[in-house]
Amino acid sequence: MASATTKSPTQLALQRFRGHRLALASAALLALLVTAVICAPLIEWLLGHSANQVDLYNRLAPPSWLHPLGTDELGRDTLLRLLYGGRVSLLTGLVAAVAAATLGTFIGLCAGYFSGRTDTVLMRFTDSVIALPLLPLLIVLAAIDLTKLGLSEQLANAESVSLYRIIVIVALTGWTTVARLVRGATLSLREREFVLAARGLGASHGLIMRRHILPNLLSPIIVAVTLSIGSVILLESVLSFLGLGIQPPLASWGNMLTNAQQLIWEAPQLAIYPGLLIFITVICCNFVGDGLQDAFDPKAES
Amino acid sequence: MSRFIVGRIAQALLVMVVMSVVIYALIGLMPGDPIDLMISADPNMTSADAALLREIYGLDQPLYRRYLAWLGNAVQGDLGYSRLFGQPVLQVLLPALGNTLILMATAFIIAIAIALPLGTLAAAKPRSAFDYSVNMYAFAGISLPSFWLALLLIMLFSVNLGWLPAGGMAAADASFGEQLRHLALPVATVATLHIGAYSRYMRSAMLEVLRHDYIRTARAKGASERRVIWVHAWRNALIPVVTVLALDFGFLFSGALVTETIFSWPGMGKLIFDAVMGNDFNLAVVALLFATALTLLGNLIADLLYGLLDPRIRAGGGR
Repeated sequence: MASATTKSPTQLALQRFRGHRLALASAALLALLVTAVICAPLIEWLLGHSANQVDLYNRLAPPSWLHPLGTDELGRDTLLRLLYGGRVSLLTGLVAAVAAATLGTFIGLCAGYFSGRTDTVLMRFTDSVIALPLLPLLIVLAAIDLTKLGLSEQLANAESVSLYRIIVIVALTGWTTVARLVRGATLSLREREFVLAARGLGASHGLIMRRHILPNLLSPIIVAVTLSIGSVILLESVLSFLGLGIQPPLASWGNMLTNAQQLIWEAPQLAIYPGLLIFITVICCNFVGDGLQDAFDPKAES
Repeated sequence: MSRFIVGRIAQALLVMVVMSVVIYALIGLMPGDPIDLMISADPNMTSADAALLREIYGLDQPLYRRYLAWLGNAVQGDLGYSRLFGQPVLQVLLPALGNTLILMATAFIIAIAIALPLGTLAAAKPRSAFDYSVNMYAFAGISLPSFWLALLLIMLFSVNLGWLPAGGMAAADASFGEQLRHLALPVATVATLHIGAYSRYMRSAMLEVLRHDYIRTARAKGASERRVIWVHAWRNALIPVVTVLALDFGFLFSGALVTETIFSWPGMGKLIFDAVMGNDFNLAVVALLFATALTLLGNLIADLLYGLLDPRIRAGGGR
């Protein structure tokens, strides 16, 4: 055995991922989108006006050199709003998906590792959450008055609070898939020899979970997070579209579509761009997630 | 099996009770309270009047006392009045439930009628161009924002072509054709989105079944490929699919919230949204609980169906 040619599982997975053309193209497209939204201030500088600059003499303007995608109903530049909205939507998607996965991993790990009654209680709880009608409950969660929870008036009405609120809401409801996944994997890992050996050597439960079980769960968790970023972005956009998510003037792809419905007769183009970007982002996340799944677990036939 | 059923029903009931507390508490955390709304409606009201009203309506009581009082009334069939509609909550709720059922059942049946054959044909020729297209469609279906699809459909069929109304429901005495015209776009929205996921379930269930020995036996004894797919494999592949569909049907009652809101379809989803946004506390609590109950019922039916359809599970005494 020539050890020089042996590849680590990660290298093998990467190799398989590279063979997945659709996933690769999606990853490239996502990278392009991320670069574009990061460069938003640069483009703002190049165009010479800011994203929230209202220009009522120039409402619903057609595309021009100054406004490459035209302007919206308040004369704001559509391209810049899309880029800044993209920052919010992508960031919310990523952070909320990671937060939900963290919560899910914690719950799944505890259920799977301790098994027995802990497992029963936690999994019954998970099943119950899965069985709830999510969207109506999210709407209530998004509408609650934070001052009634003891937050100060100023804090509750701060501009960025809608962002954190969405992240918390998604984390509170989106953890179930990861929890089930992690629990299943942990149940089999906890019986493996290296875990038994660690236990025999006197390692504490916390150490075993962190050092021996968690690293082995990384690949399914990464796949689950990638796949859930797409659904989180969809959720954020729905809530923002309904006026309950990201609050204007902060732009997000979802809330840019709120007014588009009223303007659909005058300015249908306003309804196209944000939705198209949501669609492209979500489908790319799904393709990348699918590719990763095949790469990490080639035996599972989708 | 019966122990399994009883267990599931008990769990669903427990979730219902917990959710009634959670929903009641959450609605209590919504901005404003009914007295605030009365104050804004009547400029002559003093703060002493407001305090008196709060006492009369019991709003000065702690949350758990209010909840217990509400529960006591609810159990006796008194669900209160809807502020927005000025009618008893139940009278508002039942028509909305009917409207949602019309929309959802139509969309559900159309989606199934298209998705199941698609998924089966895709599985019959895996890795063919057809399979690939169905897979692409499925990915698009789970990635499309429902409200954007709705906007696009409105743009195409109402704004540009002018064929269909952009929203609302036809009056009860309108012609059948008129009813259908109003139904078309919301149904198309819901169905388009679900066809993708359903065809994927069907495809993977079919692929799973086609691996079995009895399929090889059927082929070996000379059954035509069509017979193998549609008679031998199809029936067994349907078992997991039916379960998932039953599960989904429960979610359909509230899942159409966005579609109903965009198309102003007066169903449960729009009712919940309007009640929450319009500070209609009584209506919001009951409508949310109704949606929860229906979803749980869908889950329960899915569980029972699974046991009923697959004798192996029944014999094993459940999970």
